[in-house]
Amino acid sequence: MRDPRWLPWARWAGLGLLGLFTLTPLYVMLTSAIKPLQDVQGDFDWIPTTITLRPFADMWRTVPLARYFANSLIVSSVAALVSVLIAIFAAYAISRFRFPGRRIFSVTVLSTQMFPGILFLLPLFMIYVNLGTALGVELYASRTGLIITYLTFSLPFSIWMLAGYFDSIPTALDEAAQVDGSGPIGALLRVVLPAATPGIVAVAIYAFMTAWGEVLFASVMTDESSRTLAVGLQGYATENDVYWNQIMAASLVVSVPVVAGFLLLQRYLVQGLTAGAVK
Amino acid sequence: MTRRRAEAPPGAPTQTLDIERKSVTPPSPEEDGFSLSPAEAAGADDGQALTDAPAGRTRTASGGKRSPHPAPDAAAVSTMSSTTPRPHSETPTSPRRPSRSSTSPEKPLSPGGGRRGFADRVPVRVRRAALPYLLILPAVLLELLVHLVPMLIGIGMSFLKLTQFFLRNWSAAPFAGLDNYTVAVDFDSAVGRSLLHSFLVTVVFTVLTVGLAWLLGICGAVLMQGSFRGRAVLRALFLVPYALPVYAGVITWSFLLQRDSGLVNHVLVDQLHLFGERPFWLIGSNSFWSIIVVCVWRSWPFAFLVLMAGLQNIPGDLYEAAAIDGAGWGRRLRAVTLPMLRPVNQVLVLVLFLWTFNDFNTPYVLFGKSAPHEADLISIHIYQSSFVTWNFGSGSAMSVLLLLFLLVVTAVYLVATSRRRSDA
Amino acid sequence: MRRRKPYLFAVAGALVLAATACGADDSSSTAGSAGGSAAQTITYWASNQGTSLENDKEVLKPELDRFTKETGIKVNLEVVPWADLLNRILAATTSGKGPDVVNIGNTWSASLQVTGAFVPWDDALLKTLGGKERFLGPSLAATGAPGQPPTAVPIYGMTYGLFYNKKMFKEAGIDKPPATWDELIADGKKLTKDGKWGLAVEGASVSENAHHAFIFGQQHGAELFDASGKPQFDSDQEVAAIKQYLDLMAVHKIVNPSNAEYANGTEAVQDFVSGKAGMLMWQSIATQLKQAGWTEDDYGLAPIPLPGPSQGGKQVNAMVAGINLAVFKTAANKDGALKFAQFMTSKQTQQNLNKAYGSLPTVTDAYDDPAFESQTIKTFQQILSSTAAPLPQVAQESQFETLVGNAMNQLFADAASGKAVTAEAVKAKLTEADQQMGG
Repeated sequence: MRDPRWLPWARWAGLGLLGLFTLTPLYVMLTSAIKPLQDVQGDFDWIPTTITLRPFADMWRTVPLARYFANSLIVSSVAALVSVLIAIFAAYAISRFRFPGRRIFSVTVLSTQMFPGILFLLPLFMIYVNLGTALGVELYASRTGLIITYLTFSLPFSIWMLAGYFDSIPTALDEAAQVDGSGPIGALLRVVLPAATPGIVAVAIYAFMTAWGEVLFASVMTDESSRTLAVGLQGYATENDVYWNQIMAASLVVSVPVVAGFLLLQRYLVQGLTAGAVK
Repeated sequence: MTRRRAEAPPGAPTQTLDIERKSVTPPSPEEDGFSLSPAEAAGADDGQALTDAPAGRTRTASGGKRSPHPAPDAAAVSTMSSTTPRPHSETPTSPRRPSRSSTSPEKPLSPGGGRRGFADRVPVRVRRAALPYLLILPAVLLELLVHLVPMLIGIGMSFLKLTQFFLRNWSAAPFAGLDNYTVAVDFDSAVGRSLLHSFLVTVVFTVLTVGLAWLLGICGAVLMQGSFRGRAVLRALFLVPYALPVYAGVITWSFLLQRDSGLVNHVLVDQLHLFGERPFWLIGSNSFWSIIVVCVWRSWPFAFLVLMAGLQNIPGDLYEAAAIDGAGWGRRLRAVTLPMLRPVNQVLVLVLFLWTFNDFNTPYVLFGKSAPHEADLISIHIYQSSFVTWNFGSGSAMSVLLLLFLLVVTAVYLVATSRRRSDA
Repeated sequence: MRRRKPYLFAVAGALVLAATACGADDSSSTAGSAGGSAAQTITYWASNQGTSLENDKEVLKPELDRFTKETGIKVNLEVVPWADLLNRILAATTSGKGPDVVNIGNTWSASLQVTGAFVPWDDALLKTLGGKERFLGPSLAATGAPGQPPTAVPIYGMTYGLFYNKKMFKEAGIDKPPATWDELIADGKKLTKDGKWGLAVEGASVSENAHHAFIFGQQHGAELFDASGKPQFDSDQEVAAIKQYLDLMAVHKIVNPSNAEYANGTEAVQDFVSGKAGMLMWQSIATQLKQAGWTEDDYGLAPIPLPGPSQGGKQVNAMVAGINLAVFKTAANKDGALKFAQFMTSKQTQQNLNKAYGSLPTVTDAYDDPAFESQTIKTFQQILSSTAAPLPQVAQESQFETLVGNAMNQLFADAASGKAVTAEAVKAKLTEADQQMGG
């Protein structure tokens, strides 16, 4: 099976164009972050004439970036963890049991993916306020409320992907475990979960990213102490000025850990998608 | 194939290989009928599964309906147990039992247990039947809380004349009947006309965005096949837009697209001299293309990732067989790669469609609360109808119409794509 | 039972996670207004007036400390970005759970008034602030529907004026600011050369556009709403008014077409401060001027030209802008909230905060501070007290801003791309906006 001779050229041309498209904004982000505000507001220049690291210092003072960052990390991580845990149980039920209501459950859960956020933003807000008053738990304007909201956002797709992944794990393995004395839950924990690690990591990444970028609900359901980055970054655009260089610097700084983690885990993502969404 | 296996992470379970091996065998007709459809992936086919699923599947799915998990039979400890991972090296042999019962609650089978918990009084059969419900319970509760109940309230709102006069006390809002709906779909009126316009813009936008994202994704994934230097780095870089916070990525684009100080015009006008006059990208008719470019930029890495995963699943033997038959590169792409990706595409296109259609974040960050007429996407349009002008009844009615549309499209899509495949 | 242990274990794990999630929230839950020691705290949502949210906190902190010292009441301050403020107020209104005191843009007054969420300032209550007479009349007029008790009290006064760049004027041989619209156009043409422009506008900003539609509409004798409150955006007078504004770019070419994409409310100011445009019709820009190192030697402020006597409209050249302070009926500490309103309208606080923000005190007795003797402030004060009119105080005011502002965005986009902006085109857009108002 020989590749045609033009393939390497086409490959580099194609990948080069894709790379250009993908990376140009990132390049601009990087160079704008080290320009003084005046240069950023002036005509565009590929190469910065004056280089300054001031934006990286100023950005912490213009908005409470550290707090927003911490909020985002906490909200996204906890939402991802809990979402994965709940999705594992539900997906296992769907994949390994035949029970009345199974079809309704999966269709309903999946169809929630289509709900326009605007439709239930305000009702959800009301429910949180009332539930909070009734239970004495602060749901509105708290990270807990946001966590619950976000983990539910990623739940349908997570269940769907994990169920597919579990389906691809030979049931002979669970049976062996059950014959061996584990119950179905034991089989899930001891056999299915270890075998499904890539799928679980993929789902966790997905859930994290869903929470990480959400703007609409965060803008209404957070206050200053629980505000996340997705809305918090807008604080650099004030009434008086848009601090472009600080926006870019802050975006870079907050993105580095996430992008790094994402890249480290990406091969799980590929594997997870391989058997999950694909199967 | 060898290369791909070598690339698997050290901790990856051998199960990955199982999948690859499994997919070499052509799927049986029954499986092909539905097991690849997303609905099935989420388990929506129980009726079918019980009747048509291959015997192996039904059996392995824990022995059918009545006994989801065969009770462990101590006498029949299978030889397979040696291959089963057992973290605590527990074996259900009788000598271990005393020590176990001392650390764990009473077991129903142990005689003379004294205290009997509630669970012990419930017959084993019932508990087994209840287990799947217990497993889905957290998901059901959360979906009820965050999605279903609020949505029902939202639907209720769409029948009210809910303006700022009644926000504090919804029960005082007059019942509007279908008024909100008739206004929204009366395409002779200004409200209906602008909603229709926004809807059509969104449809075209979604089709183009999904198409382009898929096209770039498949190009990237196909070109990434094989090994060459810099592959891993490139793959990582391609995924960055997906990993970047939405706000960061989109605000950078809005910066690039500025007329006077943006990079796009700098390149097009100052460096390439393609235009005499500097074009606008954030207002006017070009804004439509801008939002497409930005959305494609954000979503193509996801398509790329999924398609790359799909490509890895295609057994190398198929390519080898095709090569032996004398198929060239292009023919192999058409005869092997694309058909084998069909189930992946079915899922991918649907997911991209739903995300793109409902996307609020990208237009909101790019254009703010008021989008240009030419790029007036439905999510922003409805946001403006309800949140900016505080007419929640009318906004809810529009949302419900949108939801109905998406449900219909998705159902038709799933039926159509599944049937086409089973016909093939 | 073997299967039970791992199951319990997993459930326990979930509970622990949930508990961590809740536990991580201590800091935010105390920020709510329903704290245990509610009697001694109030929650205050301030709007973004300074250079950044953090800057606002710095400006407000000494004042709030003084309030705490005087009354013993602690203030939980949150500065809410403008992008979120209306949504947050909406959420608080709907749920009854919000702060005690909030800043609102004064154009929202009538819209918010009909929700009934705020304590109405009847005469008795206004007496506690020193009575109606203490306030600037126009500012007090922009606090809700006429004939009803104000829904909020004005704290920062603002209005529109014409800023001009003295150096650019001198270079172009212009010795005084334009007094008529024709002079403004003529001056603008003189200034427009070498990549510089006569005037800067924020052409894609819904609210700026709506404000100018109102101001010039008044000059042409247009009323946006008729006596019964029905919208009538597409009157011939209003069409002429909006066309007059658009023509600055479309016909007279004294506005850079790029301004048509200026949306975030800072770019036109940036153009003026950086010398790219010689004039600007705006509210207070003291902060930006200070940052750029400008003094009154570098810029001047004049009223926006009034209409000629033949035009037949009103002698109006500005709208009453500003920030009002409202107290939620659901306030956990209403007494504290009312005391806070007293404090914010007191002479000392008015002087300190309006000095810091470059805005105008809304109470007459605060003007004896020499800081308000500057040319700029005096001009603004003159405009506000004599030729400024409040936006229509009707419930649908925010719809008007959104729809008409949006229509003007599109018209500016047309003008910028060289399309002719005819009276018919303006009228068609306004008719459409009018029809979308609905009930």
